[in-house]
Amino acid sequence: MGPHHPSTHGVFRMIVTLDGETIVKLKPVFGYLHRNHEKIGENTTYLASMPYTDRLDYLCSMTNNWAYALAVEKLAGQPVPERAEYVRVILAELTRLLNHTCLAGFLMQDLGCSGTPLMYAFREREKILDLFESLSGSRMMCNYQRFGGCRLDPTADWLAAAKQLTDGYGRFLDEFETLLTGNEIIMARTQGTGRLSPELAVNAGITGPMLRATGVNYDLRKVDAYGIYSRFDFRVPLGDHGDVYDRYMIRVLEMRESIKILQQAFAAIPAGPIIDPGAKLRGFRPKAGEAYGRIEGPKGEIGFYLISDGTPNPYRYRVRAPSFVNLTVLEDMCLGQTVADAVIILGSVDIVLGEVDR
Amino acid sequence: MSVVVVATSASEWTALRVVDSLALVATATDRFLECAPVMLRDAVTGLLPDPWRWIANGLFAIVAIFAVFGLLFAFLTLAERKILGRVQNRPGPNRAPTPTFPFAKFLGKIRTYGLAQPFADGVKALTKEDIVPDGADKVLHFLAPVALLAFATLTLVVIPFGRNLVALQLDAAVLYFFAAGAATELAVFMAGWASRNKYSLLAAMRALAQLISYELPLLLSWVPVVMIAGSLSTVAIVEAQAGWKFGFIPHWHVLTPWGFAGFVIFMVAALAESNRSPFDLPEAESELIAGHLTEYSGFKYAFFFMAEYFGMCALSGMAVTLFLGGWRAPLPFLEFIPSYAWFGAKLLALILGFMWIRATFPRLRIDQLTRFSWKFLVPLALINLGNTVVWALMSGGSPALALARWPVCAAIIVVPFVWLGRAQSASYAPRTYRYAA
Amino acid sequence: MLGTGLIQGLAVTAKNLVGSFHDPERYTTVEYPEVKPKLPENYRNFPFLVSETAEDPMGTLRCVACQICEKECPPQCIYIVKSKDKKLDASGKAQLYPATFAIDTSVCMSCQICVEVCPFDAIKMDQEFEIATTDRFHGLLLNREQLAKPNSYYHQIHPTEAAAVDALLVAARKAAEEKAKAAAAAKAAAAAKADVARVSRPVNPAAANTNTGQETRATPATSAPQPPAAPSAEAPKPPPPAA
Repeated sequence: MGPHHPSTHGVFRMIVTLDGETIVKLKPVFGYLHRNHEKIGENTTYLASMPYTDRLDYLCSMTNNWAYALAVEKLAGQPVPERAEYVRVILAELTRLLNHTCLAGFLMQDLGCSGTPLMYAFREREKILDLFESLSGSRMMCNYQRFGGCRLDPTADWLAAAKQLTDGYGRFLDEFETLLTGNEIIMARTQGTGRLSPELAVNAGITGPMLRATGVNYDLRKVDAYGIYSRFDFRVPLGDHGDVYDRYMIRVLEMRESIKILQQAFAAIPAGPIIDPGAKLRGFRPKAGEAYGRIEGPKGEIGFYLISDGTPNPYRYRVRAPSFVNLTVLEDMCLGQTVADAVIILGSVDIVLGEVDR
Repeated sequence: MSVVVVATSASEWTALRVVDSLALVATATDRFLECAPVMLRDAVTGLLPDPWRWIANGLFAIVAIFAVFGLLFAFLTLAERKILGRVQNRPGPNRAPTPTFPFAKFLGKIRTYGLAQPFADGVKALTKEDIVPDGADKVLHFLAPVALLAFATLTLVVIPFGRNLVALQLDAAVLYFFAAGAATELAVFMAGWASRNKYSLLAAMRALAQLISYELPLLLSWVPVVMIAGSLSTVAIVEAQAGWKFGFIPHWHVLTPWGFAGFVIFMVAALAESNRSPFDLPEAESELIAGHLTEYSGFKYAFFFMAEYFGMCALSGMAVTLFLGGWRAPLPFLEFIPSYAWFGAKLLALILGFMWIRATFPRLRIDQLTRFSWKFLVPLALINLGNTVVWALMSGGSPALALARWPVCAAIIVVPFVWLGRAQSASYAPRTYRYAA
Repeated sequence: MLGTGLIQGLAVTAKNLVGSFHDPERYTTVEYPEVKPKLPENYRNFPFLVSETAEDPMGTLRCVACQICEKECPPQCIYIVKSKDKKLDASGKAQLYPATFAIDTSVCMSCQICVEVCPFDAIKMDQEFEIATTDRFHGLLLNREQLAKPNSYYHQIHPTEAAAVDALLVAARKAAEEKAKAAAAAKAAAAAKADVARVSRPVNPAAANTNTGQETRATPATSAPQPPAAPSAEAPKPPPPAA
């Protein structure tokens, strides 16, 4: 199936060997979207890589920015002001809402929903993107985080609008779940489909909602408590089956937790500078060393590994892309299932080919 | 819509001719609109001598069916896209242009709010290149859309669209309808096979499995109607649903327990028969590109769509005839509205339901689809058959018995529904989730 | 019971079908060519060059061809050739100006880094997005004349940001003038007391005098000390590939 297949979430190819409609062998082929991301990163300055990280996972540019900024800040020992930390949490959780909503929509599209849940998801995504646009100037390619803070200070109006959206989001989720979660067809299609065992998930390095759907309690927001996540009160939902339905439900429950985090963040955001006054924009040369910055992106652990040799360009620039790692177990999940299932299993992995191929 | 009492033999014809020119026009509520189609037909063909008139009437019916349903198809595609759009909170197609001519430039500036869309689509389909794959079976590849459309159109002729508006008055009309309808499976399989494409072939196999599975509940669901009405003729079945109880409850079959169950089973099976979501597996776009339509383009593709909509209209029309009282008005004082308008309203309501369902549900998997048919719909349809017998037996007795048949028959169908439904949903259940500490 | 979930779903879609006719929360579509979307102030698309006046855009470009944006641009879509001569800028200083300034908008990724790194507030982000062209190569390669837009236009599209920038510029100019005045006064004083205060001479006037090529002022985005613009004329880059 693919690369020009309507449900491959980009240009992705699966060479599927079938027995009737049952899959006996599946070989993923990717790289159609390869664009030398890491090499470009090594040949440009640290700052110039920031807009390129937007284009990795083009649904979640804010979290990509944050992970990269975190890595560079670690490398340079750059402190981040408190307000910027709060803004980053707000943006990351909004991104999580956006990504998970869209994923649910895409998954339902793969299930054959004629686009209705997808359009509802896009409607809500549009509202979040409007927020991103009025804050950073661009809807998807935000390029908003800087080393030592954020580029622009959100106004009180913006925070009020974001808070209003967050307050209304629970209502949308209720409606969305009424449409989908209790639907017998969806339950019949997704429960027991594409099971992933916790052992295999851990061995393959799966992260994010996909790992938590198998029942492994691993959330970087809790494990690393990077940024200021230790200040927020939220729970980590865990699944017991590791099938498509669990992956969908874990994401829905995570969205509800994200709303809680957002509400706490809006209540506690302090005044102050948005970017560290000592942060350098031009002529940024961190001293030689290496750093790995990772955060819990919506799709899993997104990490940037940087080696500096003291020049304006990193010596090595490496991306740990969650989509790519999560895709590795595709064959294990699909064997013995039907063609129709392979499509929704791929949908439930939540890949963005921009990140897989880099 | 066309009128046409086309007789099957010459002797019948002589009798009917008298009826339709004089008696029917006189008795049929004496209103112009009601008789307009018949009068139009007679105006066109009335002067011809006898055997020619019979043929001309047939041709008139064919032309009328194609004209009406062709237009209906055009605007149903638009309606479907509009409704789907509105359900999804978007406007739907709304900017198809009007054609511009050098001598009338203002034409191009008129906003049609999408009403020109079907014509734009038609022009596009006509002007597109017709691609036939290299390895395809050329003859079958060409024949498939034609055959599909032909079979779908054949089913339309026995449906009474209004008072005296039936193209072909057969005694075994219902049987004929489903025989012709079942032949569409052949055409779908032809399309899938002839394309020589793996997706098309998978789709063809799916289509065959699905259509055969759902043919059975479809057939079983209307048998009770025939039992009660005592005839296989569509006209007679509509006649059997005439009149009102207490003056306001119509005698429609859908308003009885067995009729309601039969109607629901019929509609579910009809969804599957017409390859509509959630049973649109043969053309599952997220799995099989476009299924058996993958290798079709241009007007052949449009033919498939036309056939799909014709099939949908035919099945909905049959459901209206069998269960919803055909062209009869729901209340006595509403009878002044012409009968074909009532038929059209009911037909459109059912098709709207089709669209609503399509906008809401995801698709089933092929094994779940067949299991749903064989283990749920077929047993339920069989039980409904027995249910109808109970209903008929109890209706002859005392008023108390006649009243008691309502709860009894409702129970006979609801209990198996719940029980079989539980068996169907045994493999899945809503889940609760735990949270890490 | 089987089917309850399905019926709930049908109810939701029916609610949306009705809601799309009266609820702007549900029906969010803007019919674009007839109704223009309201762009947020921060919206950015492609860069443009700020000139002080609308009458003489080429003469009053703020750009001094320092080539920082050219170096920092991530996709390398800016191409600048420095002028041979110098022109007076708004504050009356003789500055270089870009003899060629081209941006290949087919390569530009609207990241705004050129704006952030520019020490002269000379390049800003435009909001014009109806830029489709049938000429794939030259239509998208914008030159100096196409890029230059007056400061008033900048005020129109980014009012708050432009006001802040203008305030900073005015303050910087005033500071520069005062500094120059102070330096002149100090110079005069120093000249007067040349014998007395020989030691203090290199310290004070240095700040004003060594900056002949540039204004001294803090950039609005960051207070990082600005490195001097690379004066050495490097070999000009080959023109962008689209040409």
